[in-house]
Amino acid sequence: MSDCGAPSRFDLIALLLVVGLLTFLAAGSRGVLAPLTTIEASPVTLDPAHLPEYAARSTLRMLAGMVLSLLFTFTYATWAAKSPRAGRILIPLLDVLQSVPILAFISVTFVFFMSLTPGRVLGAEFAAIFGIFTSQAWNMAFSFYQSLRTVPVELEEAARSFRLSAWARFWRLEVPFAMPPLIWNMMMSMSGGWFFVVASEAITVGDKTVTLPGMGAYIALAIEAKSLAAVGWAIGTMLVVIIIYDQLLFRPLVAWADRFRFEQEPGTVPPRSWVLEALGKSLLVARFLRFLRRTWRQLGAAFQAAPGLPRLESPEHSRRLDFVATLVVACLLALAIWHTATFLAPELSWHDIGYSVGLGAITMIRVFVLIGLASLVWVPIGVWIGLRPNIARIAQPLAQFMAAFPTNLVYPVVVAVVVNWHLSPNIWLSPLMILGTQWYILFNVIAGASSMPGEMRHVATNLRVTGWLWWRRVALPAVFPFYVTGALTASGGSWNAAIAAEVASWGNDRVEAAGLGAYIADATVAGDFHRIVLGVVTMSLFVLVINRALWRPLYYYAERKFRLS
Amino acid sequence: MNANLKPASAPPLLDVAHARKTFPRGDGNELLVLEDVSLKVAPGEIVGLLGRSGSGKSTLLRLIAGLSEPSGGDVRYLGQPVSGPAEGISMVFQSFALFPWLTVYENVALGLEALHVPKDEIRTRSLAAIDLIGLDGFESAYPRELSGGMRQRVGFARALVVHPNILLMDEPFSALDVLTAENLRTDFLDLWADGKMPIKGVILVTHNIEEAVQMCDRILVFASNPGRIVTSIDVAIPRPRDRLDPAFAALVERIYVEMTAKPGRGVAARTERAAGSGIDTVLPRVSSNLLSGLIETVAAQPFGGKADLPEIASELQLEIDDLFPVAESLQMLRFADVEGGDLRLTADGLAFADASSDERKRVFARHLLAQVPLAAHIRRVLDERASHAAPKSRFLDELEDHMAPEAAEQTIRAIVSWARYAEAFAYDDETGMFSLENPT
Repeated sequence: MSDCGAPSRFDLIALLLVVGLLTFLAAGSRGVLAPLTTIEASPVTLDPAHLPEYAARSTLRMLAGMVLSLLFTFTYATWAAKSPRAGRILIPLLDVLQSVPILAFISVTFVFFMSLTPGRVLGAEFAAIFGIFTSQAWNMAFSFYQSLRTVPVELEEAARSFRLSAWARFWRLEVPFAMPPLIWNMMMSMSGGWFFVVASEAITVGDKTVTLPGMGAYIALAIEAKSLAAVGWAIGTMLVVIIIYDQLLFRPLVAWADRFRFEQEPGTVPPRSWVLEALGKSLLVARFLRFLRRTWRQLGAAFQAAPGLPRLESPEHSRRLDFVATLVVACLLALAIWHTATFLAPELSWHDIGYSVGLGAITMIRVFVLIGLASLVWVPIGVWIGLRPNIARIAQPLAQFMAAFPTNLVYPVVVAVVVNWHLSPNIWLSPLMILGTQWYILFNVIAGASSMPGEMRHVATNLRVTGWLWWRRVALPAVFPFYVTGALTASGGSWNAAIAAEVASWGNDRVEAAGLGAYIADATVAGDFHRIVLGVVTMSLFVLVINRALWRPLYYYAERKFRLS
Repeated sequence: MNANLKPASAPPLLDVAHARKTFPRGDGNELLVLEDVSLKVAPGEIVGLLGRSGSGKSTLLRLIAGLSEPSGGDVRYLGQPVSGPAEGISMVFQSFALFPWLTVYENVALGLEALHVPKDEIRTRSLAAIDLIGLDGFESAYPRELSGGMRQRVGFARALVVHPNILLMDEPFSALDVLTAENLRTDFLDLWADGKMPIKGVILVTHNIEEAVQMCDRILVFASNPGRIVTSIDVAIPRPRDRLDPAFAALVERIYVEMTAKPGRGVAARTERAAGSGIDTVLPRVSSNLLSGLIETVAAQPFGGKADLPEIASELQLEIDDLFPVAESLQMLRFADVEGGDLRLTADGLAFADASSDERKRVFARHLLAQVPLAAHIRRVLDERASHAAPKSRFLDELEDHMAPEAAEQTIRAIVSWARYAEAFAYDDETGMFSLENPT
């Protein structure tokens, strides 16, 4: 039997997984410390034999970004939640950061990191990882912050009455409570992350181009060489990588995090993962975990010593601190405005600003039209699937999977068609923006339709409500809150994708659509930092205003009126 | 409306003949949930379907509503076979099932919109239905602004506005608190007695015996596994009925007796039959706290070891769905005998009540291993193995030869909970392993 102490097949599986992980780390990080010249000496090639290595490197960057994002989440969000004073600044800041089109910023951070480690690959790696980090961190931090703010009062009181230190309370209560939504957001971040890995591996700023060995560099080379076969290889490899990632990392994580769910609804099937089950049954893994736990406890003991009772501030002291904090923020704000103004003013005229806003409007129209079209297609399909549990069980993970797939790998295929048939780039490049983000609409609508209570559907059948009346009174209102969540995510993602989608090349042919994305992309290639900043600021403002003026009110309206309680 | 009844020779409103319903199971077999059910509803009648959860009464209601198809037999409404939702049959749901995005008025009007009734008529009829059910003034409110009782009134108005012949009610009062439920029941019965509602017949699904006696002209008692009608009881008590009326109490008592009848018939038959046999018994999920609690209550005054089930039910505010599984578990463990609507503690049951916490565990463990074959079986397997451990899947597979997968899972969970209390054997949910080790 497997339970009498001798190594079992589960130990073997676990061992293989660990060895695989180590090999993967070693292969992926090889050459990171080498000077830049080694990259030039052994350039990326289109030989498919190298694809596993490139995929490993891309994945490793992704993991590094995720680790950074988690560190950021645990510190930033905790600070914001624990200190109301800091929260007043940190949370709006996070909200703005969420609206900044990260893709546009890669060029700026790239130059910064290259200057930190001149002539070394490390700098370019840092820049890429930082780009990935910025595409992953914000929503994770938000989710963690929200969880920390909504820890049930009774649990909080129980922890306090047992005099748990702040450190113990954080790890014993707050982190476990925040875990399920955090893991869900990590998955969403991953989905977005793949797009940026691909985008950040071949960076051109002005006359400097650095390609980091990886899937993105491979695809860039394939475009240059006009090789559809290579593009196909890349797409296939990516599919495999995402499946492995999903099976080895996320499914186990989700299944594991299920234990932290505060309320168990009866009748829901708990998520399962074969990897987790194999690891759980392995005695070697159990022993290793015991060791980790012991180390962690010893580490924690140092912190536990400090009593975690909240310091009480006198009102007067608190007022004074408030004043100081406001003053510091005001100074920083003034400094930022002055700095930006002096940087931009000499180079840019009012005409430039007007021009970028005009382009922004064009991109905005494009995003809205595309969201509308995608909604027309996916809402009915999503409802149809969601009402059929057997189909939804298959379609739901498929849609999530599609959302994770970095669509910039597919761009060359479309661009090749546009170039060959001389199609209008203003129209035919547009669908690229929504290629990857439309799935958010689909899987949210599926989730909405399948969460509709059976009795409610029976009422409609019993009253014989059919046709358009059924859509108008029953189906559309039921999925509306879910749709808004999906459309909001899709819209944000599409703005970002605009930078990659409005300009495209195939070999020496270059097609370009009018829009803010193309403006930023052009400025990046030209190394024109004034216009990059202007474009980024304009786009951020567009996203911010649209979120505030449209999506957020719509979201609250939907939550208030349509949410099934 | 029921003042001018049709002559008895007219065809019944509803005629269900030999209906059966099966659901496909994962392993390709079929699960029989309703077996050979026949019933007729005459104009002017309120028929109650009374039984515990899982006895197929809600399934039958959905067959009548045309929300699902029978696997055999047929359902006829006014002589016509029912295929799909019929005009003239409407339904009130346990969870109210109101659309949260529609106002009270819009919720009520929805059924008429679906019938393509002219706008003016929708308005007058909807307002009339809202008025009838006592909701005037609430037309523009959203369901979330209403209390549970008010929400169910909207449910009634929505069902009545389409002028149905038959009103189906699926435990319509069970999600409400006691006072609200009583208030809504009497209001409904008043409207029914005055003939103010457009309906000709009512079918009420309930698991509350007193509610059935209070409201129905005829009560069909259901048994589980598979769901079937075991008896039909006519309620001849004149309306309005008074719960304190001796005839009322006597009928409630009689139904309890009927539902706890000895082998051959009745709900308890299943448990009784299985107690001595193999591991094919589906165990209810009853916590050891409930078992101890009931033993203590019955052992104490005023019961002194023997109690009338209806009395305990009202004393402890338990419905039959809560009380019967506990009583049956005590019977299975030989801590009590259930017969003729009474629960009598055995000698060991009385001893358990007086014992200390540790003694209780010992007594419980002895009874568990002696009386519950599955517990004995698991213990034997664990004793025989060198490792003293065995995976849950092993026992689950054995159970699934005899019962549906969900029932097998439930049975395992029940046995784990009892075995933990008895410290008979241990179970680790992470690894899914049974063992003889005590947790460290």
